[in-house]
Amino acid sequence: MREVAIVGVGMTRWGELWEKSLRDIYVETALLAMEDAGVDRIDSMVVGCMSSGLFVGQEHLGSVLADYLGQAPVPATRVESACASGGLAIRTGFMEVASGMSDIVLVSGVEKMTDVDGGDATYALGTAADQEYECYHGITFPGLYAMMARAYMHQYGLTREELAAVAVKNHENGSKNPLAQFPMQVTIEQVIGSVLVADPLRILDCSPITDGAAAIILCPLDQAKKISKNRPVKIIGSGHATDSIAYHSREDLTSLEAVAKAAERAYKMAGVGPDAIDAVEVHDCFTIAEILAIEALGLVERGKGRTAASSGLTAIGGKIPVNPSGGLKSKGHPVGATGVAQVIELVKQLRGECGERQVKNARRALAQNMGGSGGSSIVHILEVG
Amino acid sequence: MFSSRYWREIPQRYRMEAAKCSGCGTVSFPPRLICPKCKGRTFEKVRLPDQGKVLTYTVIHVPATPFKDEVPFAIAVVELDGGVRITSQVVDCDPATIRIGQRVRTEFRKLQEVGDAGVLCYGYKCVPA
Ligand SMILES: [Zn+2]
Repeated sequence: MREVAIVGVGMTRWGELWEKSLRDIYVETALLAMEDAGVDRIDSMVVGCMSSGLFVGQEHLGSVLADYLGQAPVPATRVESACASGGLAIRTGFMEVASGMSDIVLVSGVEKMTDVDGGDATYALGTAADQEYECYHGITFPGLYAMMARAYMHQYGLTREELAAVAVKNHENGSKNPLAQFPMQVTIEQVIGSVLVADPLRILDCSPITDGAAAIILCPLDQAKKISKNRPVKIIGSGHATDSIAYHSREDLTSLEAVAKAAERAYKMAGVGPDAIDAVEVHDCFTIAEILAIEALGLVERGKGRTAASSGLTAIGGKIPVNPSGGLKSKGHPVGATGVAQVIELVKQLRGECGERQVKNARRALAQNMGGSGGSSIVHILEVG
Repeated sequence: MFSSRYWREIPQRYRMEAAKCSGCGTVSFPPRLICPKCKGRTFEKVRLPDQGKVLTYTVIHVPATPFKDEVPFAIAVVELDGGVRITSQVVDCDPATIRIGQRVRTEFRKLQEVGDAGVLCYGYKCVPA
C-alpha cells in the first residue's frame, strides 16, 4: 500500500441554503479544495451522500456531479453509509490512492436537506434505522438516541446538566468557527429549558437539519510535494465496522460497538493508541452520542464519559479536546457531508490554521463518523506529514 | 406502504412468529435465513411470549410524518421473556409513569393508516402488564 496524504480542503458556511442546489454546494466546495491543493485536474472522484433520493429526488449522483464539476469522463463513485457516508467516501478514496489505482482523488460529502419539510426529513433520516422493526413503530432518530441517554442515565447516573454540558462546550467551540451553522453560545439552563424532541433529549441536545458540502484532495504521500505546495497531512489509520441495524438488538444498550471496533482497527493500522491523539472530532449528532463515542474510542473509561464535558476534560484547552469545530451540534449536520468536514477541521488543526479554536501543538488527530444509531462507524487517524 | 411489503410481514406483526435455530437455540425475530450466532440454516417456527420488561424508553414529541397525529407517545425497547427484544410503543398508560424494568405485555393493535385510502396496518404494541 502507498502512503496517502490530504493536500487540499474546501468547505463553505453551512446552513439553510435555500437559494442553492445540491450540485451548486457540491461544486463550490470541490473547487475550493482543488484551489487549496493547487491542482487543476483529478483522476477520480468519490462522493458520500446519504439520501439525495429522498431529500431532492436525485440519484446517480456520481454522474450528476462529475458533469457539473466539468470533470466528466473521470470515474465518479457515490458511496452511502447513512450519516457515515462522508467518512466512507474518505476511506474509499484512501483505498483508491493507497492501491495505486488513482493518484489525485477528489473526495466529497454532500447533503441538501431543506428541500423537504421537517416531518419528511425525520422520515428520510429514519431510513438509516431498521425501517420494518423500528421506524414502523414510530421511533425517530432523536428517539433512538434518547433511549441510549435514558439507559445510560439509569446505568451510570448521568445527570441532565452533564448531558447539557456537551452542547454548551460544542456551541462555545462553534462560536469560533466562521463556517458553523449555529455559532451562538448556549447555557446549561437554555439547553435544559429548550423544547422536548424525544424525552430526555431536547432540541438543544440535537444537531440541526443542514444543507452543506465539504471536499478534500488525496494523493500519494511521495508525490504530495510535487502536486501541492501545502504541507501534507497523512492518513495513518482507517477503520470501518458495522453492528446490528436495530438498536434493540445490541447486547449493551449503552455502548457503541461499531465505534469501538472501527477505532481498534484504525489504531492498529496507525500503530498508536488513544494516548497519542491530540485532537478529536466525534459524531455528536446528539449530546449523548459524544459521551458514548469518546468511551468507545478509549479516550475515557466506560461510564466516565459522563463528566468529560462538564469537567473541562474535552474543552479546547483540556487534556482531550473533542469537537473543536463545534461538532455536528453547532457546525451543522448535512448527513453525507459531516464525515468529510470532520477531517477538514482536523487537517486545519494539524496545519495550525484554526485561529481562536486552535488546539496547541496538535500533531495527531482522530475523526469518528457514525451511521444511524451506531449500525456503522468509520474512524480515521491523521498525522502531520 | 405498498401492500406486498405489509403483507409479507403479517406472520411477525400479527402472530409474533420467530425462528428458533435448530443448531444453537437462538431465537431470531424477525426470522432470518442464517443464524447470527452459529450460522445454522435450519429453524423451527416459534411464537414469542407476550410478556416482557422495559429496558429503556422515550416519549416522542417530534414525530416522522406518518405519526404526526399521535404525539406525544411512548416507545420502548422491550425484552420479552426468553430474551428476544423488540421496539414497541407503550400505550394505555400515562407516558410519564413508564419506568425501566416495568413489566409489560404485547397486544394486537392498529399501528398506522397508510396512503390516501387510509389502509389500516396492524401489529403489536405494549401495555402495562
Ligand atoms: Zn444458531
